[in-house]
Amino acid sequence: MNIRKGVDRDIRKVFLANAILAATVLVGILVFLLSYGVRAFFPSPLAFTDPSSRPVKVSEFLTGTVWNPDAYGQPSYGIIPLLLGSFITTLIALVIAVPLGVASAVFIAERLKGWQRITAKVIIELFAGFPSVIIGFFGLLVLGPFLARLFNVPSGLNLLTAGVTLALMSLPTIITVSDDALLVVPNSYREAAYALGASPWITATRIILPAARSGILAAVMLGFGRAVGETMAVLMVAGNAPVIPRSLFDPVRTITSTIAIELGETAFNTPHFFSLFALGFILFIIALATNLIAESLFRREKRSFTL
Amino acid sequence: MKKSNYRRTRFISNIWFIVLAIPLLLFILFIGYMCFYLLKNGINVISWEFLTRPPASGMTAGGILPCIIGTVYITFISLLFSIPIGIFSAIYLAEYAPNNIFTRIIRSSVRSLAGIPSIVYGLFGVALFVRTMDIGLSVLASGLTLGLMNLPWIIATAEEAITAIPGSFREGALALGATKWESIYRNVLPYAFPGILTGILLAVARTMGETAPILFTGVTYFTRELPRTPLQKFMALPYHLFALATQHDQLLKVRPIAFGTALVLLFLVLLFDAIAFIIRMRIAATNKWEV
Repeated sequence: MNIRKGVDRDIRKVFLANAILAATVLVGILVFLLSYGVRAFFPSPLAFTDPSSRPVKVSEFLTGTVWNPDAYGQPSYGIIPLLLGSFITTLIALVIAVPLGVASAVFIAERLKGWQRITAKVIIELFAGFPSVIIGFFGLLVLGPFLARLFNVPSGLNLLTAGVTLALMSLPTIITVSDDALLVVPNSYREAAYALGASPWITATRIILPAARSGILAAVMLGFGRAVGETMAVLMVAGNAPVIPRSLFDPVRTITSTIAIELGETAFNTPHFFSLFALGFILFIIALATNLIAESLFRREKRSFTL
Repeated sequence: MKKSNYRRTRFISNIWFIVLAIPLLLFILFIGYMCFYLLKNGINVISWEFLTRPPASGMTAGGILPCIIGTVYITFISLLFSIPIGIFSAIYLAEYAPNNIFTRIIRSSVRSLAGIPSIVYGLFGVALFVRTMDIGLSVLASGLTLGLMNLPWIIATAEEAITAIPGSFREGALALGATKWESIYRNVLPYAFPGILTGILLAVARTMGETAPILFTGVTYFTRELPRTPLQKFMALPYHLFALATQHDQLLKVRPIAFGTALVLLFLVLLFDAIAFIIRMRIAATNKWEV
């Protein structure tokens, strides 16, 4: 009897330890990215033998407009072009994906029932699980050339193709989360609107959609998070020149693709190596903030329906 | 008069919903076309030789066996790590966790982990496994990095599956004198198992397709030998596709092999998704306790 009680007590501790371990991963990522990232701004052990590996200046890192860590003797570490690259591609993606995604979600939530609804949701979920490298491959071979022909530009590897590719990749997130947000709205809202003589269309757009606005905003935030953190697909279709794009058809380089391109070719213990971790840290903070905001928005929507 | 007014409103409402359906329809058509395009271009490349031979003549001939083995190997190692930790964490969160700030922090951290970009996991893998723990570029370092990444997915689905089991299942065992753990072990976990398995299968599907976390932790463009120990470098399907599509110096010559690789990878991913989906449908059909 006592053995059984003892097992019961101890096994709880095992489960607790595992849960704490899982939660610690987040802290671990934060600590490692930060401790590696800041080393870019302090003299490295190699600085004495190689003059090009001087530490990065914080002001240059945050406000510089040139990213060229490989320039011999005069490396520059300005992240502005990369930050802009990430934000502009993501902005284009959202401009395309938010209206289409929310429209699709309203249609699925208000009009589809039974097997039609399941089919639509399964197809979208399957697409969400497509490896990003396959979507990048398709973007490279089909989407890029198609957009290049459509707008009569020489190369399809540009800002627009990257934006469209990211739009496709964030659509499943936006549709799924918006659909959840719309389903949270109590049926009494629909019934009240119908009783007052509103048509299903008016009910969906004037009653349900506004009531779910916090949840829809959460969907947009999560779509943003998905697009800004995407690496392989955008790496394959964006052209990757680390300059501030002047038009929709200029190549663009994001934070994620910079890490992917440069980390493999950079020697350990150099400022360049550590500066990529500083980039990763910025990406981590953006993703974390996005998720926390989205979570609190969704909670706010749910709370607004409890009496 | 009133009746026709009603009909008109109804008609306009339906027209608007048809307009609303267009984006969804286009999106589904796009997904269909993408699958068709990959199938059309890749199906002729697939043969028994393609699946069972290593690459030859500078990747322009031969097969992708080492990539398939590498992908299976790292996915397996990631699961060795994330299945036990994931399920134990889920049991704690679903059955034991009190409703306090400490639990909320754990839950929130795990949920946030699911939204961290995969390339950040790659950086973390480099810093922790390759450098600090000095495992080096290897199957093990990549597998562990992927394990960290799919851990939150496994926890989320397992917790959901355990929470879905009604309280009466536990109370029955407790009333007969079972301890809390005995009630969970005998009366909850067996019924939650299909749901937990669904989560694991979905994690497998997504882990196999990930490129960014393995990019700097051990994947390589070409190795002559298959990884005999987990401390060797390896080839993997998604990286192979990336390299053939963008890095090779004879892009057009390796294109058929790239299509074949893409098709094999997509087939594997969809296969695991499909099994997970079938189990989920069967759970929905058989679990009659949900009234």
